[in-house]
Amino acid sequence: MGKVILEVNELTTKYITRFGEDVYAVDHVSLKVEEGKSLGIAGESGCGKSTLALSLMGYYFPPLHYTSGEIIIDGHNITGMKPDDVRKSILGTEIAYIPQAAMNALNPTQKVINIIEDVVQAHDPSKKKKDIYDLARAGFEKLGLPADVLQRYPVELSGGMKQRTVIAISVILGPKVLIADEPSSALDVTSQKMVIKMLRNLMDNGMIKAMIFITHELPLLYNVTTDIMVMYAGQIVEKGAAKETVFDPLHPYAKGLMGSIIVPEAGLRGVKLTAIPGVPPNLKKPPSGCRFAERCKYVHPECKASSVGVTTVGDNRTYRCILSEKELREVYKNAN
Amino acid sequence: MKHTLQQIFRSPNFVIGFAIFMALILFVFIYPLVVPDAPLAIIAQGTFFPPGTYVSVYDSLGSTQYTLNLQNASAARIGSKVSDTDKAAIKDYLVLVGVPEGQIDLTDTQKLLEQWKTNYDPNKNISGVTNAKRNQFIRLNTSLQNANSDQGIVLASQDPTSGALTQTGTVKLTDYVDINQIASAKVLPLGTDNFGRDVLTELVSATKVSLQIGFVAGLIATLIGLTLGLLAGYIGGMLDDIIMFITNLFTVIPSFVLLILISFSIGQDQRGAVTIAVVIGFTSWVWTARAVRSQVISLRNRDHVNLSKLSGHSIVHIILSDILPYIASYVVMAFILQISSGILAEAGLSILGLGPRTTDVPTLGLMMNWAMIYQAHILGKWWAYFPILLDIALITFSLNLMNTGLDQVFNPALRD
Amino acid sequence: MPTNNDPVGNNPVGNNPVGNNPVGKKLCLSVKGLTKEFGFGRQKNVAVNKVDMDLYEGEVVSIVGESGSGKTTLSKMLLGLINSTEGDIYFQGKKRDISSYSKKQEYWKNIQAIFQDPFSSYNIFNKIDAVLLDCINMRGGRRLPQAKKVEMMTEACSFVNLKYEEMTNKYPFELSGGQMQRLMIARIFLLKPKILLADEPTSMIDACSRATILDMLMKLRDETGMTLIFITHDIGLAYYVSDQVFIMEHGKFVESGSPDDVILHPREPYTKRLINDVPKIYEEWDLTTV
Repeated sequence: MGKVILEVNELTTKYITRFGEDVYAVDHVSLKVEEGKSLGIAGESGCGKSTLALSLMGYYFPPLHYTSGEIIIDGHNITGMKPDDVRKSILGTEIAYIPQAAMNALNPTQKVINIIEDVVQAHDPSKKKKDIYDLARAGFEKLGLPADVLQRYPVELSGGMKQRTVIAISVILGPKVLIADEPSSALDVTSQKMVIKMLRNLMDNGMIKAMIFITHELPLLYNVTTDIMVMYAGQIVEKGAAKETVFDPLHPYAKGLMGSIIVPEAGLRGVKLTAIPGVPPNLKKPPSGCRFAERCKYVHPECKASSVGVTTVGDNRTYRCILSEKELREVYKNAN
Repeated sequence: MKHTLQQIFRSPNFVIGFAIFMALILFVFIYPLVVPDAPLAIIAQGTFFPPGTYVSVYDSLGSTQYTLNLQNASAARIGSKVSDTDKAAIKDYLVLVGVPEGQIDLTDTQKLLEQWKTNYDPNKNISGVTNAKRNQFIRLNTSLQNANSDQGIVLASQDPTSGALTQTGTVKLTDYVDINQIASAKVLPLGTDNFGRDVLTELVSATKVSLQIGFVAGLIATLIGLTLGLLAGYIGGMLDDIIMFITNLFTVIPSFVLLILISFSIGQDQRGAVTIAVVIGFTSWVWTARAVRSQVISLRNRDHVNLSKLSGHSIVHIILSDILPYIASYVVMAFILQISSGILAEAGLSILGLGPRTTDVPTLGLMMNWAMIYQAHILGKWWAYFPILLDIALITFSLNLMNTGLDQVFNPALRD
Repeated sequence: MPTNNDPVGNNPVGNNPVGNNPVGKKLCLSVKGLTKEFGFGRQKNVAVNKVDMDLYEGEVVSIVGESGSGKTTLSKMLLGLINSTEGDIYFQGKKRDISSYSKKQEYWKNIQAIFQDPFSSYNIFNKIDAVLLDCINMRGGRRLPQAKKVEMMTEACSFVNLKYEEMTNKYPFELSGGQMQRLMIARIFLLKPKILLADEPTSMIDACSRATILDMLMKLRDETGMTLIFITHDIGLAYYVSDQVFIMEHGKFVESGSPDDVILHPREPYTKRLINDVPKIYEEWDLTTV
């Protein structure tokens, strides 16, 4: 077992709406990411995966509020830090975050190198421009980006190149963890592949120690990360190695999600897709029992009675269902 | 719809603007019920009577007289008769004759007058005082003797044939009348204007007329702008080119110059309030047309419009039910702004003397024009122009506030 | 004319009522030399460049392309929402005439569409009932008694697993994206057009709702025998649903044919690249090629 880079214990965060209602978008989430591992988060829109990404940085601003739990990055507990301190000493140096529309965050009136100077000098004002340029150039070369991008304006770059530039900038201060929230979903397939290749490069070079990758595209997730976690209604419903989670999911929701994958590969034209009926529960008033019970094909009366705990299987695999692994496999076998 | 109204009335900007505007409207409608005078009736002989309560002197002599012994009455009377310049002159003289400056108190008029009485000697020659200055002190002395008089006034009636006076009564210093018992009194809260008309009555009537002008002008401008914008935006092609050509023509000609030229060429006889409103409306539709057109162009390629076409709806139906509701909020906002700019345009025109030519109703612009011609601002007769300025400012301010409030509700980018 | 090699008949969802053999199929829509140019002179931009295609009744066709390939322009021309610069479209053997608005209205009785973004597809001021009533009216049901109309709307809603009682008196924006897209299918169910053009119908909704939507579209195709055209960038989807695939690049079809031919054994470098760049799960995804 490698060194734990990111550890999250029972993290709960909520949104407070305009009408004063609490929406627990991340509900008692615990996870560990070891050195050299990447964790993928899957789930349908509104399941809390993007909120989890924001919460992991410890940088809360209304309407998002911290409720309980702790976040430990490389042995350093960042829970309860002031937003200003988080911005100065955590963001960029410990955790880097790439949102979906990151490429639009580049100031169009500044050259890429000037943006990098701003970023570096915000953390270390004494750094000389020459050093920053060398640092940026080295970083770009390591990631296979042409160095002349540094002297260009963002508008001169294509969408894919902009997104890769943003990723290169975000790791320039040597963060330990990179959180990428749908970094490629606005791009065409070729640029997407380049971004993915770059992220894999980052991990292989050791430029970042761990990565969290969020997307609703499961084939992509499978190809990027070593572990996959499935979220439903603010909770983790299944977590395990990528291969197990995709090909042998245990939780009925994960099962449904994996059954809806469409890829252009031989033999998949005849496969019947799984459809999950219904809509996710309203997180303002989450159901008391299993949150997936309303939509579950294999629902038992007890499912709705009390909240469901997490079951651990093997060394590193967990799921949230009242049935045991054996019972679940039995149920799936009978359903076919 | 109900939800939108709730949201609108939750916006503080809109509520404040709406409250000010409704207060103005209510005042405009209730005031004539209380004071039913004709707005342009000339009641005063002379110009610019200051604000105040005007009591008939004749009636007050005739009404019951009460005796009140008030301590500060004489002091107040003297104080009101001795002006600040007089006091300064008294002080000058006293200093010249050697009264120490510490003993002179300008606030105590009675003591000052006593000091004057004891020290003043018309024959005394003071070195360094010019002849003119000496004469001024003599005049001052005469007027102060009148002020300090403690005798009453004798009332006399004149015999029509002989011209002989016979005493009919006296008015003592301690005689008072009850203002409520006086048959004729007039409150002029804002005084009178240069023609001797009650400014408040005039202002209320002018506000009403100006709002009507603004409303008519805004309605015309919005209707023209909306129709042209919808046609140009939705139908496009040749029609768009023609409409945009006309719109661009109107854009490059400053509309105020156009307004001046049109109202000048109409001639004075035809230039009523409604005509001016129509003229303003016909020159200020341009921006509404442009804005509506650009919004319609972005709307016409939306999926819901395409779907409406695929559902077999006619062009008229699509414009009315798939385009118009989406821009309605904008049009309402534009209409509100057009009202306020219509009022301002009328004021601008009237100040230049090109406003409506009326003899029975005033407008805000006309009142400004009169105040300006008779130099109220130079003479310091603030009541003839300041309330009008405040009125115009309040109307446009409240309308603009409502507009911003609506903008916050309808524009998602400004929503918090 | 594109080749229509005998496709492998393993259509996953439902059975093709006319079979997959082009022999005996009736030509539904035929496009010849369709071109659309925007601007002129130096700024001329050919969005769609001399496109030919033949679509048969009951067939599922995908037009695959990246953004900027001209697939949306092509779909708007097929729908008659914009006019073509050149070329003709033959509908059921006759040349399509959309020279006036009333002729367009006539044409739209035969072709319908589902758009990408369900949130912008509805007029937010109209209730759901109005959307469905429009369809009944368009099919000549204006004079039907109210009870019959409600019955038809209930049937349409239940076809897409929605409850009419829950839909009535609601606005479309009160539904989730998946429900809105299903309501779109209910609309098509009432209209029963000859051709349905689905422009990225699943790209804005979740993976698990996607399966539902595809299922319903295929079921509807099976029941009505309509021709279904998917406009998509998702090669996986195109492979999964279609009988014929057209790959579009810069306004031209670079490759077309059955999905097994085109997607599993691409010949053109563009198609090869496109398929290479899509993440796989069973095969190794080759990241070295970019």
